Amino acid sequence: MNNKNIRSERRFQIFGNIVMIIISLCAVIPLILMVISSFTDNDALIRDGYSFTPHKWSVYAYTYIFSSGNSVPHAYMISIVLTLVGTAVGLTITTLLAYALSRRFLPGRGVLTFIVFFTMLFNGGLVPTYINYTTVFGIKNTFLALLVPSLMLNAFNVLMMKSYFVTGIPDEIMEAAYIDGANEFQAFFRVALPLAKPIVATIALFIGIGYWNDWMNGYIYLTKRTDLYSVQNLLNRMIQNIQALTQNASTVSQATQGLATIPSVSVRMAMAVVGVLPIVIVYPFIQNNFVKGITLGGVKG
Amino acid sequence: MARAVNQPVMSKAKKKSLMKRSIPIYIMALPGLLYLFINNYMPMPGIVLAFKNYNAKKGIYGSPWAGFKNFKYLFATSDAFIITRNTICYNLVFILVNTFFAIFVAIILSELTSKWKKAYQSVILLPYLLSAVIISYLVFAFLSPENGFINNSILKPLGREAVSWYQKQEYWPFILVFVNLWKGIGYSCIIYLSTIIGFDRGYYEAAAIDGATKWQQITHITLPLLRPTIIMLTLMAVGRIFYSDFGLFYQVPQNSGALLPVTNTIDTYVYRGLLELGDISMSAAAGVYQSMVGFVLVLGANLLVRKLDPDSALF
Repeated sequence: MNNKNIRSERRFQIFGNIVMIIISLCAVIPLILMVISSFTDNDALIRDGYSFTPHKWSVYAYTYIFSSGNSVPHAYMISIVLTLVGTAVGLTITTLLAYALSRRFLPGRGVLTFIVFFTMLFNGGLVPTYINYTTVFGIKNTFLALLVPSLMLNAFNVLMMKSYFVTGIPDEIMEAAYIDGANEFQAFFRVALPLAKPIVATIALFIGIGYWNDWMNGYIYLTKRTDLYSVQNLLNRMIQNIQALTQNASTVSQATQGLATIPSVSVRMAMAVVGVLPIVIVYPFIQNNFVKGITLGGVKG
Repeated sequence: MARAVNQPVMSKAKKKSLMKRSIPIYIMALPGLLYLFINNYMPMPGIVLAFKNYNAKKGIYGSPWAGFKNFKYLFATSDAFIITRNTICYNLVFILVNTFFAIFVAIILSELTSKWKKAYQSVILLPYLLSAVIISYLVFAFLSPENGFINNSILKPLGREAVSWYQKQEYWPFILVFVNLWKGIGYSCIIYLSTIIGFDRGYYEAAAIDGATKWQQITHITLPLLRPTIIMLTLMAVGRIFYSDFGLFYQVPQNSGALLPVTNTIDTYVYRGLLELGDISMSAAAGVYQSMVGFVLVLGANLLVRKLDPDSALF
């Protein structure tokens, strides 16, 4: 390498770091504003707006949220139960189906794979799906409405996992298990599953985040049972109430009156913080698996 | 035993043992297939709804036929044009903008030697994990007319008048493109980055010995090698151009009526028809329009991909 190259390399490193710092800041600045706002005194917020440098700090928003008689802890429980149950069931049926599709000797394997794959190409759309779930299965206003529609299993995850089973687990190891007298279930649980841990973790993550973040199922199917609202649904309803009040109020005083009855500006942001918190907490531990999953599925996605 | 499958003629005993082996596997597949049946296949015949006058009492299949009436009404309104235009144009801009920035960031990350590399990658992926509702709160913190950061902390000190962001159409194409980039760049960047990391370092070493600058290495090695991946990913995205991110177009503008001309896409139109306006037949017609054109586009995109690179094709 000559001097010119070393100089160009050094210039590039400086430039690259600066650009990446700017982009990284852009990524987190909205989250920082949200956190700071949630710790800002409500009156200061109303006077100065959401700001990075509040004049007065306060934890009132959080004491309000977790005070008794508030709907937030309840919604939180719903979100947690939903995510745990949904991930457990979804992961189980996804893994079993993916493993089945990976067994080369299985008669009808091609047809079954196509049945799974076709759902990626064509779907009935929202209207028939909604009518199917509400009239045939009657899940409107039940916990099942949060759990079942669209989130549990999707073809993308199944096919990604299937290709991992096909390429990542050598036939010889499976054959050895059969020779040792294992039946199909034993071969799956004792040999294939432990070897597939990385992909199982990744898919669990995809499903889990899908459940934690979902607001559509509750929004569409929970028309009366607001006691079943997840954190996302609660957040969603709150912002809608504000919207409705400011748009429909005929006078300013009417709007102010209405706004006084729903959680104040700082509480709103505190709730959003509480909604994001679990993801931010687990993120450092899951991100490697998550990145792996994106890389595996990416080029095909 | 596995070899038995490959033999064209199987003895009865072997057939029997194959069946015996297969039954547990079918049992494993069953719950997942059942789910797909309920969630995906049962609604599919429901697309006939678009050709019917829906009557809730009579159900999808009992309602009287309407022929193409629903479609005629749909395409007679200006809505059909607006939602198609918005869906396609936003998606095209999203593809261009996100691809450009994702490659830009991926190249920088791949060349950086600093120990912060990993941290950058983690931080820019974080927004991808947030729900549309949370994102709408974050956007609201900046754009709220009364309390928003932009009106209070940027426009006010500059002596500019406050803007009612949720009422002004002209800003939203930019806001939505920006939010979509903010949310999606980490994801697409990872895909490009993992491709770049796979390139043979020998090319770069040889180029460095020949005196190539960083910029020359990027334009003469990285980008040409990246071309097939860019083409594949773009084609795949074009195949999904008739589908939009419902959360982005519904939550982020907070369902504001004044913004509809620039935020209404096929997905939000179908949703509003079904649950806000109760116009189920029209909503179903728009849904079928999306499913059909979407299906053709996915097939077409995949056909092209298969011609260019059979390994990347979905099927």
